[in-house]
Amino acid sequence: MQTNYTSSRRNFLKLTAAAGGGLMLGFTWSMKAMADSVDGLAPAGELTFNSYLAISPDDIITIYSPNPELGQNIKTSFPMIVADELDADWSKVKVVQAALDTKKYERQLTGGSGAVPHSWERLRKAGATARQMLMEAGAKRWNTSIDNVTTDNGFVVNKSNGQKLTYGALATDAAKGVVPADVKLKDRKDFKLIGKFVRGVDNKAMITGKPLFGLDFYREGMLYAMVVRPEAFGQKLKGFDATAAKAVPGIIDVVSFKNSVAVVGKSTWQVNKARKLLKIEYEIETPLESTPDHDKLFKDLLESKDATARRKDGDVEAAFKSAAKVIKAEYQCPFLSHSPMEPMNFFAHVKENSCELIGPSQTPDMARQETAKLLGIPPDNITLELTRLGGGFGRRLKADYVLEAVEVSRLMKAPVKVIWTREDDMTGGSYRPAVRYRFEAALDASNNLTGYRLRGVGINSGNPTREDNFPSGAVDNLLIESVEYKSPITTGAWRAPITNFLAFAEQSFLDEVAQIVGMDPVQFRLKLLDRAKQNPVGAIKYDIDRMKAVIQLAADKAGWGKKPNIAQGFSVYFSHRSYVAQVAEIEMKQNKPVLKKIYAAADCGVVINQSGSLQQVKGGIVDGLGHAMFGSLTFKNGVPEQNNFNNYRLIRMKEVPEVEVHFVDNGIDPTGLGEPALPPTGGAVANAYYKATGKRLHDQPFIRQEEMKGVTLGERM
Amino acid sequence: MAHYKLQINGKSVETDVEPDTPLLWVLRDHLGMVGTKYGCGIGQCGACTVHFNGNAVKSCSLPVSAVGTNKITTIEGLSEKGDHPLQLAWDEVDVPQCGYCQAGQIMTAAALLNKNPRPSGEEIDNAMNGNICRCGTYHRIHEAVVLASTKMK
Repeated sequence: MQTNYTSSRRNFLKLTAAAGGGLMLGFTWSMKAMADSVDGLAPAGELTFNSYLAISPDDIITIYSPNPELGQNIKTSFPMIVADELDADWSKVKVVQAALDTKKYERQLTGGSGAVPHSWERLRKAGATARQMLMEAGAKRWNTSIDNVTTDNGFVVNKSNGQKLTYGALATDAAKGVVPADVKLKDRKDFKLIGKFVRGVDNKAMITGKPLFGLDFYREGMLYAMVVRPEAFGQKLKGFDATAAKAVPGIIDVVSFKNSVAVVGKSTWQVNKARKLLKIEYEIETPLESTPDHDKLFKDLLESKDATARRKDGDVEAAFKSAAKVIKAEYQCPFLSHSPMEPMNFFAHVKENSCELIGPSQTPDMARQETAKLLGIPPDNITLELTRLGGGFGRRLKADYVLEAVEVSRLMKAPVKVIWTREDDMTGGSYRPAVRYRFEAALDASNNLTGYRLRGVGINSGNPTREDNFPSGAVDNLLIESVEYKSPITTGAWRAPITNFLAFAEQSFLDEVAQIVGMDPVQFRLKLLDRAKQNPVGAIKYDIDRMKAVIQLAADKAGWGKKPNIAQGFSVYFSHRSYVAQVAEIEMKQNKPVLKKIYAAADCGVVINQSGSLQQVKGGIVDGLGHAMFGSLTFKNGVPEQNNFNNYRLIRMKEVPEVEVHFVDNGIDPTGLGEPALPPTGGAVANAYYKATGKRLHDQPFIRQEEMKGVTLGERM
Repeated sequence: MAHYKLQINGKSVETDVEPDTPLLWVLRDHLGMVGTKYGCGIGQCGACTVHFNGNAVKSCSLPVSAVGTNKITTIEGLSEKGDHPLQLAWDEVDVPQCGYCQAGQIMTAAALLNKNPRPSGEEIDNAMNGNICRCGTYHRIHEAVVLASTKMK
């Protein structure tokens, strides 16, 4: 557990008097220093972290938010944590997106729903330390003891006479003080901001159209570029003729690097027109794949002798040999595009021995490292400023589009912004991998689950299983294995990587098993969890009690099994350290299924922002539903067959059912919510669909299946 | 290149661009008004929605040559102080996640409320169905439109 390291971590605090007076605190929690002292026990990939806040004499508190904001609410939630422990007046807090700074900040990235668990204690200490120093400055000013002062919403208060001074008034004195070695954190009951409904700090700018996003960034003299990449995966660039493109007004040049051709000009539209006039020749480098090839491939991989065993408990062969009954089901999902609403873009200005980068990235440090490698200059010579991200969903974990801007800027010797069109974005690769699963369950004569086998086969999927997830630990004989196929079609992490589909397959299969053994699906899951608790098989990597709690909360709130005219489907999943159970409800209307409502019970520990967390769950459900229902990217001879929202369907308002969200209140340190609400949705809906119609859904997108004809989504009001 | 005199947010602005340039890119690249967003370029997502004589239109598919002297309103000009009932409702309900689509959502909703200040739930769904929110803030968009409709004068 990562949290074990927190207590042994050495804290370094730097203190500087701010220019023009005031207090600036830099907090360094150096993972490296800690790792040195415990022989490299630190989890891989951890970086140095600093939180940073400034208080000016006019009482403005600036909190720097290090992590990229893409809609997960971090730019509001992180500062809330600091401000709560600081006892700051939230209306005087100004939040500033910090630029990339690996000396100040650790884990300055957005991915894996990991920021909150990583930073929770660090941020609290950042606020509490500043509060303590302000109190000491107040005590000194009033010539009283520290025990005789407290704080109240941006003021230091003298308890004996009620005298008050603002934080701003004491900031300069506080900056001369000694940084306390340890500070007391608030009791949970004393939180004033944490757990409240706090609105987004960028709302005002967003709703009035202020520049915020990468695509909004403009600098005088900046050139616009679009990059044309091979149209099929498996092609490489052979040659091109740019004569016609160059003749378009506003076009400055056409340049080429690697397999790409870039049109550079004075405006987006001119560049977009010119690129269509390029005559490009490609040659085939590796065989061009089509979706029907993949369908056949999956069947072969399921029979492959070269599977990698991911987890083995007991003797699964024997269990299946002696089984009274064997249940088998297969599930398949297609490639998906991330399609954030803001297409890929980045600004780069390559100079003699340095480079300036500005734009939307989930992994700014990786972008910088790759840029350094590309340019052959030290990473320290590269600055990276983060804009707000118009969505990410994992697409912006990659730096390919950043490097394109660097390439073009280097070739043009000018500041350049590379802009992807929607078509570029959807056909440019890095998709959610296509995967097929085969599940098998062995039952004994008394219908006990004695064996469980899962084989996951995927295209550029890495390990498409999560071998330690439930029901691992609850079955005596279990085998989880995988086979991966390498394809020229590029893939990448897509919101709730792997679990975004695995959860559907697993929760659908468990539902099928429950039905065959004649048990209520909720009771079936609870029974397996009890078994894992009383007599665990192998390692258990999820918290059984927390999983049971969300199951019970969801069942309670949905009135599970108590609605005779409504078909309910259940699903529960643990991913990214949080637990979410869902109940989907389908009602038959004139013989047609109508998806009316989804209930969710989530356990992410302490809820930081009531508003943000509620919306994370609702949005995750909408996203999970939309992609399970409609999402599909198919290929013909290596070319994506969908390239924009006219043929790649995203969920819209009319298709959204009512969603009701509940949180488990257990006071446990918070975990992330950017991903965990998405995985359970597909399974809950498919299981409700089975209840309503007697038909099982095995493949996504659901809408392609004959069984789904006539289904109605939404119908909320 | 051609010279255009456009009526945007109650002001007359001039620009020299190719006649086929979509209004979206005129706003963003030539007039520095980046509140109107590019999402798909083919009128499918609604991120680029502006008002054309009070009607919601997709500015990505509207060539500047077709604008003439018609009155264009963008998110920057929806209200002087950012206090249109929809803008206030959007903040109160805390609608945005990533926020990229929200200007387009607000402009579509504003055109709806101009014509129909008390829309039914179904009318809201119908009007807003052309605007995609990839984060899935639809419930809150709906809630904010209802809230604003109760405050429209």
